[in-house]
Amino acid sequence: MADFRMPSLGADMEAGTLVRWLVKPGDSVKRGDIVAEVETEKATAEVEIFDDGVVEKIVVPEGEKVPVGTLLATVRSMAPARRAVKAAAQPVEVPPSPAPAPMPPPAALPRARVTPAAQRLADSLGLGLAGIAGTGVAGAITRADVERAVASRPAAVAGRIRSSPLARKRAAELGVDLAAVAGTGPGGAVTGADVEAAARPGAKPAIVAPSVAGVAATDRQRSRRHAIATAMERSKREIPHYYLGTQVDMSTALAWIEEHNLGRPVAGRLLYAALLLKAVALAAREVPEVNGFWTEGAFERSEPVHLGVAISLRDGGLVAPAIHDADRLGLDSLMDALRDLVKRARAGVLRSSEMAAPTITVTNLGEQGVETVFPIIFSPQVAIVGFGRIVERPWAVNGMLTVRPIITATLAADHRVSDGHRGGFVLAAIDRLLQEPERL
Amino acid sequence: MNQEQLVQTVLDALREVAPETDTASLRPDRSLRDQLDIDSMDFLNFIIGLHERTGVDIPERDYPKLTTINACIAYLTAHTVTR
Repeated sequence: MADFRMPSLGADMEAGTLVRWLVKPGDSVKRGDIVAEVETEKATAEVEIFDDGVVEKIVVPEGEKVPVGTLLATVRSMAPARRAVKAAAQPVEVPPSPAPAPMPPPAALPRARVTPAAQRLADSLGLGLAGIAGTGVAGAITRADVERAVASRPAAVAGRIRSSPLARKRAAELGVDLAAVAGTGPGGAVTGADVEAAARPGAKPAIVAPSVAGVAATDRQRSRRHAIATAMERSKREIPHYYLGTQVDMSTALAWIEEHNLGRPVAGRLLYAALLLKAVALAAREVPEVNGFWTEGAFERSEPVHLGVAISLRDGGLVAPAIHDADRLGLDSLMDALRDLVKRARAGVLRSSEMAAPTITVTNLGEQGVETVFPIIFSPQVAIVGFGRIVERPWAVNGMLTVRPIITATLAADHRVSDGHRGGFVLAAIDRLLQEPERL
Repeated sequence: MNQEQLVQTVLDALREVAPETDTASLRPDRSLRDQLDIDSMDFLNFIIGLHERTGVDIPERDYPKLTTINACIAYLTAHTVTR
């Protein structure tokens, strides 16, 4: 018998709300399956299970908020050998496995499985979920399924008129009913010009309904902002940061990437961000004082390097999920992991294993146009590495002046754990590693 | 693929990288990066999405040709016809 408990999705998490079960008693699960969705102040996460077996009992019902570590469900193990090992390792006496529970009658089955994101979207569109085919785990309906369903229906049936923000603004100002305007934008969307054209003959005032989806999004943003505020406040209050910076010549790395990508299919191409991440992961292995956690007044070093990647979300806020064992991944695997992570972070579907505390974080603000970032450590981690934009700068090589693409790498580290001297080694290692991209 | 299907294909690929976007509000002639706040990772995912849906292989040197919805449609039209 295995226990499935409320996971900790980050060091600052105390409790989580079990939003939805994606399995029911009697379902077979295997390690890595997403079995539930849990909401924290920060985000909604798809929670994976770490045992193979059959779901025996759901202990915590949907909608309930419980502390980290609370038993959520029990899983009857499929592998007797493994169960014996586990039982032996536990000092607690494990009762013998009961006979398989009878399957619940059909009437007791939970309703159609739907992810919260999908439900929210469907609710905001006034859309029934019946008839939508689910493509998620165990046939759960995902947000993408709802979107596909909406896309395949005429705008009027979906209860939503395709329109641009300008069109909505002008419609509100001019008192034009968007439903009565013929759209000329992409996919028949109503544009600002369409609204103005419709207003000219003398349109009647119409009431513009507030967007349900908009309200829900604002709540999410507020809660996310609050979580960031709490974490950053704590970090700046508790962690004596020190900051270091250095400039790194990226010409070798960029030339290597260009050659590497030549003739490769799109999905096999690298971005230089992958090289930066790999260099940081290897540097963290070289200088272990920056890889780990400050807990209960002492530094707890981490053997594996789980690299947190700060990802900004377009509707506000950021998340920093982890790429596990980033120092051991090849560049192609690291790139795949990064690409997938960014995509899912921005779609709001991170997994519990990714949200569990990274051991060091990287923030790459380069695309926002800044050259230097002075990052704040995510407590209880003890270091964060920042990268700015690559800029062409005059650069002296062997006494000769030349122009090179330069990136500024910065390190913010916890002075309780390391000093500037050791911190300097981290940046020096990153520089050295980036000069030999073929070895990354 | 006809023109209408290509428009849908481009919008689908965009929705995949920026699910919060109201694609209907996008101006087909304006820069996607400016309108969507997408970064190079999103852009790569977008290109991969286009490739998966159309089979068109888009070399890196052609990325600058895919800055707007209209430009994407023109590019895909040219490359699906000549294939």
